[in-house]
Amino acid sequence: MKKSKIIMLIAASLLLTLFIFPLWNITLEAPQYPDPIGMNIHINKIADMNPHDIQNINLMNHYVGMKDIPENMLEFSIFPIVVVTMFVLGILFAITGNYRLFLIWFVLMSLLGIAGMVDFYMWEHDYGTNLSQTAAIKFTNEDGTPMAYQPPLFGTKTILNFVAHSYPRLGAVALILSIGLSLVAFIFGKNENKKL
Amino acid sequence: MKTIKILLPFLTLILLFGSCSKKGKKSGGALAGDVAEKVYVAPGEHDEFYAFISGGFSGQLSVYGLPSGRLFKVIPVFSLDAEKAYGFNEETKPMLNTSFGFVPWDDAHHPDISQTNGELDGRWCFINGNNTPRIARIDLSTFETAEIIEIPNSAGNHSSSFITENTEYVVASTRFSIPIPQKDMPISEYKSNFKGTMSFISVDKETGNMDIKFQLLMPGFDYDLSHPGRDKSHGWFFFTTYNTEEANSLLEVNASQNDKDFIAAVNWKKIEEYVNNGGGKKVAAKYAHNVYNDHTHTATSTIKDQVVMVDPRDVPGAIFFLPTPKSPHGCDVDPSGEYIVGSGKLAAELTVHSFSKMLKAIEGKKFDGEAYGIPILKYDEVLAGVVKQPGLGPLHTEFDGKGYAYTTFFISSEVVKWKLGTWEVVDRKPTYYSVGHLMIPGGNSRKPFGKYLVAMNKITKDRYLPTGPEVNQSAQLYDISGDKMELLLDFPTIGEPHYAAGCPASLLTDKSKKIYKLEDNKHKYAITKEADAKVVRSGNEVHIYMSMIRSHFAPDNIEGIQVGDKVYFHVTNLEQDYDVPHGISMIGANTSELLIMPGQTETFIWEPKQVGVWPFYCTDFCSALHQEMQGYVRVSPKGSSTPISYTLDGESTSGK
Repeated sequence: MKKSKIIMLIAASLLLTLFIFPLWNITLEAPQYPDPIGMNIHINKIADMNPHDIQNINLMNHYVGMKDIPENMLEFSIFPIVVVTMFVLGILFAITGNYRLFLIWFVLMSLLGIAGMVDFYMWEHDYGTNLSQTAAIKFTNEDGTPMAYQPPLFGTKTILNFVAHSYPRLGAVALILSIGLSLVAFIFGKNENKKL
Repeated sequence: MKTIKILLPFLTLILLFGSCSKKGKKSGGALAGDVAEKVYVAPGEHDEFYAFISGGFSGQLSVYGLPSGRLFKVIPVFSLDAEKAYGFNEETKPMLNTSFGFVPWDDAHHPDISQTNGELDGRWCFINGNNTPRIARIDLSTFETAEIIEIPNSAGNHSSSFITENTEYVVASTRFSIPIPQKDMPISEYKSNFKGTMSFISVDKETGNMDIKFQLLMPGFDYDLSHPGRDKSHGWFFFTTYNTEEANSLLEVNASQNDKDFIAAVNWKKIEEYVNNGGGKKVAAKYAHNVYNDHTHTATSTIKDQVVMVDPRDVPGAIFFLPTPKSPHGCDVDPSGEYIVGSGKLAAELTVHSFSKMLKAIEGKKFDGEAYGIPILKYDEVLAGVVKQPGLGPLHTEFDGKGYAYTTFFISSEVVKWKLGTWEVVDRKPTYYSVGHLMIPGGNSRKPFGKYLVAMNKITKDRYLPTGPEVNQSAQLYDISGDKMELLLDFPTIGEPHYAAGCPASLLTDKSKKIYKLEDNKHKYAITKEADAKVVRSGNEVHIYMSMIRSHFAPDNIEGIQVGDKVYFHVTNLEQDYDVPHGISMIGANTSELLIMPGQTETFIWEPKQVGVWPFYCTDFCSALHQEMQGYVRVSPKGSSTPISYTLDGESTSGK
């Protein structure tokens, strides 16, 4: 079998790991939490980093009027369908061996990846700024605007007494690898084509 | 004249040691430069050892860290504890049930940690109640009392609660001999009519549940302390006796006449076999067995009605008496199991018996008569050696695992280090004051951790700032890692610290429970979510199924309660976060607050006596909005038509 085909097969298969590994993690550190609390963001759920973390994050956040971390989101049903579709498409493309299709898959996946990040940012923004009017504690910035509690999209940020870390996890690594490999498959395919 | 002759050498010794002590204090062993560092545990760092120190007449068990001497917890065992609602809430009341009814206090004496192959395994800690004979098992994953079993046919449960090297048995024996079975008879007929018992309580390997396997009906002596054989002597148990005179009055004189009392050596494996083969007699006995369940968060008390009683004369070759001078107190077996140290508290020497010589003497029938059918072995045939002029009033010995023994001396107020085998005294250090027992972590096991020694003192006097006539008891910490002992620290203790058990912290820290899982909560009145909160009336009983979470109760307004009702607050803490308990108390409740751990349910009863609107609130500062965690109950006159209603999430709901 041609190398490009094999690489494309691997690239598409890597997507399946998203059903196991989280894409992203947000961890919160504070003096009174010697064991930091956090959540793992999967394509189909937001899960505890350690048992009961989400309940405990919700308990803390409700004082400043933040909503509970959702158990159900539209994304949780859409993302798995998109991932499975792209996996099937990737496998089909690989079987055809048409390297141009690999490029199409690469572009499609990149766009979907960016769309996912945008969606993640929008949720975070809503989560951190759309606060309940009846919050027990209302902090404001120096300019008088309500304080926002949005965790960083990527990186580390201090939010009141917490330090929030937001970084990719194995799922995101696999995703990037998958997208990268599809490009590699395209290049290999192109070269193989030339040789012929 | 005779008395004077006896006392004279003692007085000389007192003077000698007395001056020694003073000198020791002035030179200030504890003032040495690096001593403070040795007990300093920096903020945020942890102690190396746990010490479980008996709370004596407080009835509780205290948990300290070593070397810092910091108090971490008081575990309620035999006495009511309003702080933790132990014995006050409906769930733990059965723990203090006995054949005499609810007994809210006891005198806690000797803790011992469970072992496997003679080494500490850190699963459970046992401790005895001395007054109303009981043995408790504390779960070392929750640091809570998990089980209490009453010991029938016993009085003054002192020679307890020591365990065999695979925790096969925890042993309890009687201090006061009594008529068995109890009956109305003249006290003056004590001699040969009163009996003592030794109880062997089996411990389930998995659950730790206790069951009295058999009781030995022993002569009417006083049984003081005991220790199991170790290693080579595993299968035997040794008990000190006093009052072999069988006096029943003015014991301080009448029980101090015999030159030698006994250490009873009991081959429990032989008796166990006898019982397993149907031996022993089932006799009627009434006693309570109380078990706490971590899933229902509720204790149950069962009254049992019989025990298997074994007459030693029916199992020849199972029990022997080792003559031991002058009312021995401590009975301590070294890590190898060869030496049995008898601390004759009125003797001038310390007696050490040899296990292998004992076996030989038994084989060779080297007897010196018998007592109530139990052979008395010849003193010289079992003696391994004596520690000469060790001090005054030896009480108790533990071992460092490096060939040394450490004995406390009550009268001369000191700890004496001596060498096993040569019996020579190698070091002595004063204690302040009047030391009882001592503890080396693992010091009564096959594998002692010979780094620290805790001396538990009976008298405090001037060691701390005065607090009126009553001052706490006191413990002292010694470094025993070097050739010479070094006094490091004084720290106050609750009640009277009779004895302690210690273990490396690493044995317990990883398995220490942080929360109770809500999903495992099988309490009859538990609710696992706020929406399930409700108020249910049945006759004049009202059951409130309440939840608590930062920072509110559900429900928090309750109406329709009437004067004369019996209101049950069944409160579940919905938290699943470490160290977030909530408390609750209701104005006028004739009981303590509840202190409820995450995932746990507890109940208190409130019987409103006056019409009005009465508040309840969270008693444990739980969060930034703790002060807002409160609610009201409206109490109407008896027969009022106000229906049961309550608020959930700010909305009013009618009850059933």
